[in-house]
Amino acid sequence: MTTPPSHAEPISQTVASPLPNAWQWARRHLFPSPGHTVLSLITLAFLLWFVPTALDWLIFSATFIGESQADCTGGGACWLPISQRIEMFVYGFYPDTQEWRVNVAFALAAGLFPLLYAKRLDRRWILAYLAALPFVMWWLLKGGAGLPEVSSTKFAGILVTVFLGVVGMVFALPLGILLALGRRSSKPIIKMLCVLYIELIRSVPVITLLFMASLMVQLFLPPGVFIDILLRVLAVLILFTAAYMAETIRGGLQGIPKGQYEAAKALGFSYWKTMGMIILPQVLRNTIPPLLTQFIGLFKETTLVMIVGVLDIVGIAMSTTAAPEWLGLEHEVYLFLAMFFFVICFALSRYARHLEKQLERSRS
Amino acid sequence: MSALPQQDTAPDCVVRIEHLDKWYGDFHALKDVSQTVAAGERIVICGPSGSGKSTLIRCINQLERHQRGTVEVLGEILDDNVKRLERIRRSVGMCFQHFNLFPHLTVLKNCTLPQTANLGVPQEEAIERALALLDKVQMREHANKYPGQLSGGQQQRIAIARALCMQPRIMLFDEPTSALDPEMISEVLDVMVDLARDGMTMLCVTHEMGFARKVADRVIFMDHGEIVEQAPPERFFHAPSSPRTQQFLNQILDHGVTRA
Repeated sequence: MTTPPSHAEPISQTVASPLPNAWQWARRHLFPSPGHTVLSLITLAFLLWFVPTALDWLIFSATFIGESQADCTGGGACWLPISQRIEMFVYGFYPDTQEWRVNVAFALAAGLFPLLYAKRLDRRWILAYLAALPFVMWWLLKGGAGLPEVSSTKFAGILVTVFLGVVGMVFALPLGILLALGRRSSKPIIKMLCVLYIELIRSVPVITLLFMASLMVQLFLPPGVFIDILLRVLAVLILFTAAYMAETIRGGLQGIPKGQYEAAKALGFSYWKTMGMIILPQVLRNTIPPLLTQFIGLFKETTLVMIVGVLDIVGIAMSTTAAPEWLGLEHEVYLFLAMFFFVICFALSRYARHLEKQLERSRS
Repeated sequence: MSALPQQDTAPDCVVRIEHLDKWYGDFHALKDVSQTVAAGERIVICGPSGSGKSTLIRCINQLERHQRGTVEVLGEILDDNVKRLERIRRSVGMCFQHFNLFPHLTVLKNCTLPQTANLGVPQEEAIERALALLDKVQMREHANKYPGQLSGGQQQRIAIARALCMQPRIMLFDEPTSALDPEMISEVLDVMVDLARDGMTMLCVTHEMGFARKVADRVIFMDHGEIVEQAPPERFFHAPSSPRTQQFLNQILDHGVTRA
């Protein structure tokens, strides 16, 4: 400190210069003990080596523009299989002239985010939007009722992933809530059916269910009736996630004191009003973190549909790495996949954090 | 409004309980209890814990289902008819030991939601009524807070206002001051005394004997699921006829539970 001693004390307490502070912070948090210091130094060394190397490979020496693998001469990553086939990754085999429909469907799905962040909006509008979204998306993608029909065999890539993810989430939570309520119902038949359903679904691997959806469902339908394979795997994802969500929500229901039910009853609330206005709002806010984990799980599980022949983004990635002109570029393609899922799942996670914070603020 | 107890089942009898029996498993909680309450009557029910006093008033709005006997409230016999039960509950307010405010709603919303959801009162009118009643319990300035931000006494006063928002004809109090710190008890009792002076029909399970002396038309003493004694407060406190009542009064008076 070079300031005169008479002023130094009060100043250093309130607006100390940043440098000594940073040093103090580092000493306290990075080098408090010999063991800690070694750990900090190793981490620092690793970062100093890794970050430049990674950035160099990913960006500075990478090739973004070109026609074929022969153009990748920089020594870094070769992003050409993605940039050259980006249309395939996003739209799959969707007819070029109709791609605007996919764009509109994506925009509607993306529109959920600002809507969910909006504070001043009536909740009923959000619910109406949520309820309509799956049907509007399906109509846009599949066609009919004014739009030329597109066979769902042409659906592939991000289009499939986003459709399965968004529609799955919209349906899984309400179904999970109903199952949880059913499991606690005082009516034995409803209770038994819900318990049976939840236990059955939870005890079978999701892949098995997907195979059943793709191979067995058709056997039980009358001849001539055909359910789109995309809808069948979607149903599996919803039914599967809902069973897990039901258990999470049941846990939340058990955490609500009996007094809340009694107060609601005493004020003349009916069963459904008690649940919808008093109990579930409290349960859902308490179960945001585990429910979010399940949403993220659902989104990532959409990749399993590839196994039954639905080409989602992973399917397109695999067909890309198998194409002769892009052989040997698995690293880049799978890294791109990882980044795609990370961005979406991280955004979901941030939204949940935002919700939690907002609710904490309203409660404290 | 008449403050005197009605001797028979007059037309303004609002609660009629006949030969009520209630079991929890093997435990016989209420044994052949009969009782009538007239409109405007203020009744205090006391007795040792486990004596069935809470169970009795919880049978009046059927938070506890009874196994035998009849409960008739506002001229309707309570049975398995859920719609009728919900209708009756809207006319019978209740306050609980642990307040049971809805923690996810503001104080104001706690008071308006039951009106809009169950009585179909328009939003503006519900707010007006809620604010007037919050004013009455001196909680108006806290209308936009959440229950978790308030003290027990404040929460209980809001719970009373919330129940009154439904414009009930009967109010049930289930040990409303038992969970409160001593310094908060009087603020809740003051509100209850005001309510009694306004002529509300009240059934209070409480150990606040000062409150009983001040407002009760009748004090009921219960023990082991039975009504042992009932009398106007002067007679009840000064000349109880049953030795069990005598013993109970001695116990609570000795330990200074009562307040003037």
